[in-house]
Amino acid sequence: MTRDLICINCPMGCEMTVEVENGKVISVSGNTCKRGEIYAESEISNPTRTITTTVISAEGRPVPVKTAQPVPKDKISECTAAIKAAEIHLPVKVGQVIIDDLLGTGSQVTVTKTVQ
Amino acid sequence: MRDFDIVIVGGGPAGMAAAISAREQGIENIVIFERDSELGGILNQCIHNGFGLRTFKEELTGPEYAERYADKVRDMNIPYETDTMVLDISKDRVVTILSRKRGVEEIRAKAVILAMGCRERPRGALNIPGFRPQGVYTAGTAQKLVNCEGYVPGKEVVILGSGDIGLIMARRMTLEGAHVAAVAELMPYSSGLKRNIVQCLDDFGIPLLLSHTVVDIKGKEKLEGVVIAEVDSTNTPIAGTEQFYPCDTLLLSCGLIPENELSKNCGITLDPRTNGPVVDEGLETDIDGVFACGNVLHVHDLVDFVSEESARAGESAAAFVKRGCTPDDTAAIKVVPKNGVRYTVPAEIHTSDLLGDVHIRFRVTGVFKDCSVVIKAGEEELVRRKNRILVPSEMLDIIIKKDKLAGVNCDITAEIEEV
Ligand SMILES: Cc1cc2nc3c(=O)[nH]c(=O)nc-3n(C[C@H](O)[C@H](O)[C@H](O)COP(=O)(O)OP(=O)(O)OC[C@H]3O[C@@H](n4cnc5c(N)ncnc54)[C@H](O)[C@@H]3O)c2cc1C
Repeated sequence: MTRDLICINCPMGCEMTVEVENGKVISVSGNTCKRGEIYAESEISNPTRTITTTVISAEGRPVPVKTAQPVPKDKISECTAAIKAAEIHLPVKVGQVIIDDLLGTGSQVTVTKTVQ
Repeated sequence: MRDFDIVIVGGGPAGMAAAISAREQGIENIVIFERDSELGGILNQCIHNGFGLRTFKEELTGPEYAERYADKVRDMNIPYETDTMVLDISKDRVVTILSRKRGVEEIRAKAVILAMGCRERPRGALNIPGFRPQGVYTAGTAQKLVNCEGYVPGKEVVILGSGDIGLIMARRMTLEGAHVAAVAELMPYSSGLKRNIVQCLDDFGIPLLLSHTVVDIKGKEKLEGVVIAEVDSTNTPIAGTEQFYPCDTLLLSCGLIPENELSKNCGITLDPRTNGPVVDEGLETDIDGVFACGNVLHVHDLVDFVSEESARAGESAAAFVKRGCTPDDTAAIKVVPKNGVRYTVPAEIHTSDLLGDVHIRFRVTGVFKDCSVVIKAGEEELVRRKNRILVPSEMLDIIIKKDKLAGVNCDITAEIEEV
């Protein structure tokens, strides 16, 4: 079985053809760098995404945050809900961890902007 | 009257990078004027990731990228004044600013760097019939509301235009609990990056309707829905294909226009293709000592390119100040865009006193597969670069080595050769 994928690692957006057998990647073509191969591998076995969103601080200001490690794609909405429910107080600093292990995914959620 | 060596208009990534590089060239007396209350420009509202892969070799969000530069500006003690709007720049570089603290003030600058960024094409520029109900926003305005003000404008959304901001807002609105019914795109291809189509639309099952446009906006006080129709190859709506989409929010993502009111008033010649100033290889406009970089010069899709370009503008402005503000009177050759190349920045090059290699940045007119970008001086090829695919949404950057250009005294051309 072959699957056509577009690599999302960088703006190049390489169009790749992936040969899959029994859920395993046999070959990847069309990628221009190693990252394409790695992406194809994970997109077939366990697709993941980085979530970026905001958390409203106790003081009422939105604070931008991200998952420092990508989370499984099928958990995006659950994870987003859990992030939105986090309680934070200003000031926050860029890089500050607000959730250590997001819903057991092993991903940390960090602040992406210093807000006083 | 306060005097500065270099005045920078705009504290986005372009303004900050220009300031940092001018300071690195030894110019002390610099100031950045920013009309917003903080540095960072558009990056503050772009909370998604995808910034800085080239510059920092890691993927950052917009605010993270901005903060790294703002920290550097502060570490280098480069003065900046926020909540300060530049109102006017005269030909002899008297800059009029307005701030709550100082009121209206005139300032003398030896050099000025324009870094005002760009704005979105608003509804008024799009010729969509219908009333003007609440609920129609540019995608960027909605982005600012959601990400900076914490306010989600609606629940049922249609997006017109598949530029990156539109795509990113489709995902953002979905994550905020809204339903995005469709993204309609006039052209037969998206003007956004493919990675954004995958992760902002496909991931959430949001349909992308290519060759479609909004032909009517329903609702008088409040938006009630839009009518979307397919268009033919001349972009004319095809009768009978109309479909009604009920919605309370329409986001417009229909292109960016460089913010050049100040440049126009100053008498700077603008390029009708980029809507930005015509500049030479040092990014100097045709008004001596006034330089331009970032989205005010031409719209960039990658901030890394903005930072790199702006550093060069800072360097050239510093060189201008150091040589006593004398203009470069040496003859310039033209860079002429041909077959498939829509425009080039710079539009001309002073070949006799180059500071370094010359970047030629451009966009193509359509989709080209397996082709080469060729830069020639007369019959002589200066650069040839092969590409698997070129698309209009991506800005390209070709570097011509300084020594290749040294002896050239005829116009050069940039074109696409298909094989
Ligand atoms: C929505 C969106 C998404 C993007 N996504 C990505 C991405 O994923 N990855 C990526 O690499 N790039 C992305 N980009 C591109 C990149 O962010 C921009 O190209 C870059 O930020 C432009 O920088 P700039 O400094 O030229 O303009 P801006 O960031 O717009 O800064 C201009 C500044 O000038 C100020 N200003 C304007 N006029 C005046 C005046 N008269 N007086 C004082 N101040 C003034 C403004 O307030 C503003 O702060 C995106 C751009 C947008 C708009």
